[in-house]
Amino acid sequence: MDVILENLPLYWNGFLRTLFLSAVSGVIALVLGTLLAAARVSPVAALRGFSTVYVEVLRNTPLTIAFFFAAIVLPRLGVKFEQFEVAAIIALSTYTAAFIAEAVRSGVNSVPVGQAEAARSIGMNFGQVLNLIILPQALRTVIPPLINILIALVKNSSVAGAFFVLELFGYGRQLANANGDAVIPVLLGVAFFYLLLTVPLGILASTVERKVAIAR
Amino acid sequence: MSSVLYDVPGPKARRISLIGSVVGSLLILGLLAWIIMTLAQQGIFEGRRWQIFTRGDVWTLLANGLGATLSAAALAAVIAFPLGLALCLLRISDAAFIRVPTRVVLEFLRGMPVVLMMLFVLLGFGTSSFVAVVTGLVLYNSAVFAEIIRAGIQSLPKGQREAGMAIGLTSFKSRMLIELPQAIRRMMPSLVAQMVVLLKDTSLGYIVAYGELLRAVQVMADFLGTQFLFPIFFVAAAIYIAINILVSRIAVWIERRGSRKAAGGVAKAEPEAAEAAVP
Repeated sequence: MDVILENLPLYWNGFLRTLFLSAVSGVIALVLGTLLAAARVSPVAALRGFSTVYVEVLRNTPLTIAFFFAAIVLPRLGVKFEQFEVAAIIALSTYTAAFIAEAVRSGVNSVPVGQAEAARSIGMNFGQVLNLIILPQALRTVIPPLINILIALVKNSSVAGAFFVLELFGYGRQLANANGDAVIPVLLGVAFFYLLLTVPLGILASTVERKVAIAR
Repeated sequence: MSSVLYDVPGPKARRISLIGSVVGSLLILGLLAWIIMTLAQQGIFEGRRWQIFTRGDVWTLLANGLGATLSAAALAAVIAFPLGLALCLLRISDAAFIRVPTRVVLEFLRGMPVVLMMLFVLLGFGTSSFVAVVTGLVLYNSAVFAEIIRAGIQSLPKGQREAGMAIGLTSFKSRMLIELPQAIRRMMPSLVAQMVVLLKDTSLGYIVAYGELLRAVQVMADFLGTQFLFPIFFVAAAIYIAINILVSRIAVWIERRGSRKAAGGVAKAEPEAAEAAVP
């Protein structure tokens, strides 16, 4: 227990870094994922094809490989970054975007056909149908799955700790190596800080699910 | 393909769409060409870098890595599924003193990063990295399996359980004989999708120094020289992705075969397998 109290500033640092990584990647992934989902249902065949291939490949790529690619292969391509955080954000957001795209698309699927037909019949074009009728309803039904994906994102950010980024898991590993006799309390401390993020998000997801569920 | 979202495109819209498609494809091709050019400038495509694949031992090492990946995934899946089933039964037990603690345990397991659990087992209990990887995967995935099966049971009509009780089955028998078979069947696509997640997560073994595919890549690159990192990495990544896509396709196939849902939804492109699975 003393180990945790002594290193509390370190834990707090790592916690903030994890929060930062997750928040930035989460926002980028939400935007990118929604765009991909829109492309998936669009009339332009090339967009549909691109979105399908992107989602299919990224969803089936282990996260570690995505990180390996972003941290080690991208720099060789001339994409230089000062900090490995950037690589971590690239890997996390492109990976998560594929899952968000799938969730949003299934939300679009859950909107009854009549909604789109009604919108079309009063003369709306594709952009209007999507933006004014379909997406607002779709996003509402996918909020709980989206929160679950964000929870997974918080947990996945721990992989960054193995790729030179010092966040919660990275600090935890350091501390565990430094305090060989107190590994279990050290790692339980790390777990506590992760749960501090994931459990409230999980409760939020189930509350939202009950509150905004549209009865159909 | 027609969709209710837009009119069947006329000649003008088709032209615009075609131009858009061509321009978009050219852009993507251009990007790919640029990537390939940049890589080529660094000599990635020189024959000698790829010649290592004519060596048998490289393939042996890759095969060993793949074997380690698959055996960890298989063992974890085999243990996690029955465990998930048991956890699910405890989670929906009628007795609150069983239900509530199980729920806390499940929330705990689902809220933890898998890699942290692996590290915990590895360092905390001093096991081998194989045991650490399998234990981490089992703990996390059994919790997820439990939640998936629970969702399946809850989606059953109430009458199923009532009928079971009415013909004099005990609560447990009704679960085992009536509800679970239907629930598992119903949730099959999600369960298979979760298997893909499990398979993908074995790559986290890389972090706890388990000799799986990615670790084999690293070892070979260290041993043969970093100029071979790219060829080996790309081959290994291709193997990983190919296997995962294959298993995902199986999930889609099961879903198509199993549930011929009434046509609905705005964009009925494909049945959405795996949507319940979380990265």
